Amino acid sequence: MTGGDAGGRLVRPFTLTGGRTRPSRADFTLITTVTAVDPQPVRAARPQPEHLRILRLCARPVAVAEVAARLDLPVSVVVILLSDLLEAGRITARPPHLVTRANPDLDLLQKVRDGLGRL
Amino acid sequence: MAGSDRAAEARTATARPSAPDAVKILIAGGFGVGKTTMVGSVSEIAPLRTEEPLTAAGLDVDDLAGIEEKRATTVALDFGRITIGRELVLYLFGTPGQQRFWFMWNDLAIGALGAVVLVDVRRPESSFAAIDFFERRGIPFVVGVNGFHGRHPYPAAEIREALALPEHVQVLLCDARERTSSRDVLIALIDQLIDAATGAAAS
Repeated sequence: MTGGDAGGRLVRPFTLTGGRTRPSRADFTLITTVTAVDPQPVRAARPQPEHLRILRLCARPVAVAEVAARLDLPVSVVVILLSDLLEAGRITARPPHLVTRANPDLDLLQKVRDGLGRL
Repeated sequence: MAGSDRAAEARTATARPSAPDAVKILIAGGFGVGKTTMVGSVSEIAPLRTEEPLTAAGLDVDDLAGIEEKRATTVALDFGRITIGRELVLYLFGTPGQQRFWFMWNDLAIGALGAVVLVDVRRPESSFAAIDFFERRGIPFVVGVNGFHGRHPYPAAEIREALALPEHVQVLLCDARERTSSRDVLIALIDQLIDAATGAAAS
């Protein structure tokens, strides 16, 4: 029977991350806003140079697409690095505003309208 | 006690600026129609570009036609930003113009408020596919007719007819190089969204 083996495979990766599931890359869209946690967690592993560059960039809130453009790296690569940083508790990630056709946010639309009017 | 709580609050507030809400609008249309120009004319930053390497895994089989010789193909995405306020930022994404990169449009379209389809008066057919894309998915859009050197030889009504657009889709003559002109196209889109939202609430 393969049942036990399959079960073992399912469990094992979670033990590698101390029981937490790794943040999914799907957590990061192009306009997910990332912000460095300040102060940085003391006990986290030493960040690598690319991680440090990202942390400097997101000292203030910045979108994932902007991080990628400023580092001149593909979004797909930046998302992996961001997953590392989120997992280490070094950044927070805010998902974009949820836009639904069925239930439009009039208040939000009006804010955008007013903002564009000021340009 | 209360004093130290306040101090802690103040420290949190300054140390971690709260992330703004983010929304996006797509600027679509055929290759070379002026998408990046429009993004650049209204963006508060010079348009930024990300380059994504293309792998076979990300493509439908059909999309591979013509690029199998070029392994290092990348697809570029230009975008800009408009800060609406401390709590809200609008991003503008120029969609890749070449048809073979359209698989990216689906991802881009998720969570977008709507789209501007730019049309080149000299070759409107290059934007037909973009119009189809948003129509089929029910994504709200307006059409911006980008005049060559700002000139508009055809009235909006004529272009609407040529594009066979439904009544609720606005057609605006614009100049993508001009900030106010591009801004007005975006405002028209938002007004269309507001009208649709209030109309839906009233019915």
